[in-house]
Amino acid sequence: MPDAASTFATQVDIYYYFLIAVTLFFTFAISAALIFLASKYRRRSQLDRPQEVHGNNMLEITWTIIPLILSLVMFFWGAHLYFIYAKSPSDAMEILVTGKQWMWKIQHPNGNREINELHVPLGQPIKLTMTSEDVIHSFFIPAFRIKTDVVPGRYTATWFTPTKTGKYHLFCAEYCGTKHSEMTGSVYVVHPADYETWLSGGGKKESPIDTGKRLFTELGCVTCHHPNSGARGPDLTDIFQHKQLLQNGKEILVDENYLRESILNPQKQIVLGYQPIMPTFKGIVSETQLMQMIAYIKAISQKPEIKDQESDISNLKIEDNQKLPLPLGEDKR
Amino acid sequence: MTEQKHYINAETTVKSWLLTVDHKRIAILYLLSVVGFFILGGTAAILFRLDLMTPQGDLLAHETYNKMFTMHGVMMVFFFLVPVVPAVLGNFLVPIMIGARDVAFPRLNLASWYIFITGGLFALAALVLGGVDTGWTFYTPYSSTYANSNVILTGLGVFVAGFASILTGVNFIVTIHKMRAPGMTWFRLPLFIWAQYATSIIMVLGTPVIAITLLLLVLERAFHIGIFDPALGGDPVLFQHLFWFYSHPAVYIMILPGFGIISELIACFSRKNVFGYSFVAFSSLAIAIIGFFVWGHHMFITSQSIYAGLIFSILSFIIAVPTAVKIFNWTATLYKGSVEFRTPMIYALGFIGLFLVGGLTGLFLSSMGLDVHLHDTYFVVAHFHYVMVGGMVMAFLGGLHFWWPKMFGRTYNQGCAVFTAIVIFIGFNLTFFPQFIVGYLGMPRRYHVYPEEFQIFHILSTGGASVLGFGYLLMFCYLPYSLIKGKKATANPWPATGLEWEQTTSPPPTLNFIHDPVVTEEAYAYAKKNEEFYRQAIPAESKDV
Ligand code: HEC
Ligand SMILES: [Cu+2]
Ligand SMILES: [Cu+2]
Repeated sequence: MPDAASTFATQVDIYYYFLIAVTLFFTFAISAALIFLASKYRRRSQLDRPQEVHGNNMLEITWTIIPLILSLVMFFWGAHLYFIYAKSPSDAMEILVTGKQWMWKIQHPNGNREINELHVPLGQPIKLTMTSEDVIHSFFIPAFRIKTDVVPGRYTATWFTPTKTGKYHLFCAEYCGTKHSEMTGSVYVVHPADYETWLSGGGKKESPIDTGKRLFTELGCVTCHHPNSGARGPDLTDIFQHKQLLQNGKEILVDENYLRESILNPQKQIVLGYQPIMPTFKGIVSETQLMQMIAYIKAISQKPEIKDQESDISNLKIEDNQKLPLPLGEDKR
Repeated sequence: MTEQKHYINAETTVKSWLLTVDHKRIAILYLLSVVGFFILGGTAAILFRLDLMTPQGDLLAHETYNKMFTMHGVMMVFFFLVPVVPAVLGNFLVPIMIGARDVAFPRLNLASWYIFITGGLFALAALVLGGVDTGWTFYTPYSSTYANSNVILTGLGVFVAGFASILTGVNFIVTIHKMRAPGMTWFRLPLFIWAQYATSIIMVLGTPVIAITLLLLVLERAFHIGIFDPALGGDPVLFQHLFWFYSHPAVYIMILPGFGIISELIACFSRKNVFGYSFVAFSSLAIAIIGFFVWGHHMFITSQSIYAGLIFSILSFIIAVPTAVKIFNWTATLYKGSVEFRTPMIYALGFIGLFLVGGLTGLFLSSMGLDVHLHDTYFVVAHFHYVMVGGMVMAFLGGLHFWWPKMFGRTYNQGCAVFTAIVIFIGFNLTFFPQFIVGYLGMPRRYHVYPEEFQIFHILSTGGASVLGFGYLLMFCYLPYSLIKGKKATANPWPATGLEWEQTTSPPPTLNFIHDPVVTEEAYAYAKKNEEFYRQAIPAESKDV
């Protein structure tokens, strides 16, 4: 058995043992039946006359129903595990991961960066938001039993809660070219106090949120997404995880992938009540910067106190502006 | 005594072979070509298996290693496993088994072989010109933008070879519908025919999709039309959907004909009709149909929606049921039979054991929560080798040994053959069983260098592969040898029911039958009472005797 070092790993292992038991049972039962029947009825003389047995519907139904029930049990149990895997807890700490041929770049909430190494505190749920700069990779930590593809052009996420300190393998599991097998690294699960010490090392740094905020000014986002700009662009506070109405009549949930699209392909989905004047930032911002700006937008949605003068646009009256043309008359918040 | 005339000695010029429209000769052409591709794919496997003995991969460079596993996959999947049973045994047997003199479109049949060879030459050219390193799955955007190898040539090769599959499929469907002998009703068909029929449906419906997918890939790579690469505005995961929409059903193209063979073997060597004939027949169709709706189980961790994942997962579990039904019915066929352990039967029993493990481990991968861990590890490698090699190749070898006397009119050495079958069975398990373990431990597939703690499993695997390779080598000795020195086979050496055994010589004449048969009986009437040996059909002339 490999190390089981996360809450999820233990749950997966129990299910795995169950499947092993089922497999062993059927393999041995059928092999035994084969060996028994084949030797009991082996041909003793050329004159042997076998009996004609055509089939038995009761038997057919039985051996259809039993595997069916068993596989449904496996299905529901497996799906249950998947729901755990797919939904990260709300108190998870977010770490940003960028994959590229052939390395993993990682940034912690306080701005600490590392390459091909990931330090995490014991017992703390961690959510990884990931993207790729080139081809598809896959982020795989066997000891945690998790693996998620890292896809260029979109964000994927995965999460875990480490339960055992130690050093574990980190692999790229999706074939990505020449040095695919060297796109590996180590995960260090350390005590929270050691994690703090580790965080404080490594010189001057800026947290992703702060970098995102700085970029927001530097790239001129504030000129449109700003209270004094005449509201050329929509309010970006409190949009994350809320519904947004689009010009084409669709309503969508604002998540990381939507924010990403809004910045790289603004013309694709236009917010209802606005002009398609936002320029594309494709080729201007790097994957890392994009992630940092999104981290900032998320931060001003979740924690209003992070908002400062520049981005504090909550007193702006664009709420009405957005509500006016609602065809269905529903409240979008 | 004059030599009996049959399809092999009817004409002997090379031209008569290259321009033949005889389905039996085309089957032989296919046999020679797929064996060639098998040897190529096998050689690649030997190289990377040796390389994997050490964790640093001392034998090959990264690039070479990647090209070797790609070549192994491309050759084995597209140029061996897919055509091997339909185009070789199917081509030879489908018309004879249903009492026809040839397939419905003999010229298309020959064309299919030429198309197949053309596709193969493209793939070979890609190899000679430096190889290709995308893996047989050609995932984008690596294949479309980043790879520096002969992706276009290989893609075109697979694209072209696909048309050969489509033609074979169309030919079989029409032949089975239209050319059955008088009295050969659907429920008198041998189960091998049912399996070929189900397979043909998949080939006709599925292959165009992979053809289009690879064409799109070639277009994107050659002309930078944005389809799959997000940098060009495409969607990389779309490729995976299209690819698996064919490639999962293709798993059934590879295994269903094997099921058909096993039904024939088990019936013959236990002297019984197959237990639950109609359940076995319809389970093939059920598998063919459901098989089209499970492709998403390859994408549980690729940001596919959870709800789509649920559907793909539950259907993948459900498709296991008809498969299980087959295994139960084969086992039950032995009941009150008269079992004889000849070479083909040993392969059939080996098949059931190995396929059972392959099938059951498939459930591990169908379940969403566990697939998260197992996806893209050696567990998957072990699983599909149990299905494809333990299943399909064992079934093919069983079939080849069963019909060899019919195809070539000679018998091989039984002792050698039984020994070889056992060597192959042991070698196979030694090779692939350790891979389940190392997979669960977390070893990703397609890894050239790997952590040292996994080495022991790779050494076991390579050791097993040598035993397996030795087994295949033995076969390459005694089977060709039998063609020269083997005893002449009688028309029905086992003996077995079925038109190919009862109604024609070994080997059959060019037009299959001297007298067209009329079918009077269900398939596998081995156990009919009060007859010394029961026949499924009688020659037309003697009908009223
Ligand atoms: C020229 C003015 C302008 C600039 C500069 C600009 N935007 Fe926008 N932005 C808009 C407008 C107008 C919209 C609404 C129409 C649309 O969806 O394209 C918008 C929409 C958005 C949205 C979607 C908001 C929602 O509620 O759905 C996001 C996110 C966004 N912008 C982020 C940015 C970021 C980050 C920058 C800086 C890198 C930026 N914008 C720069 C004008 C601008
Ligand atoms: Cu990789
Ligand atoms: Cu599949």
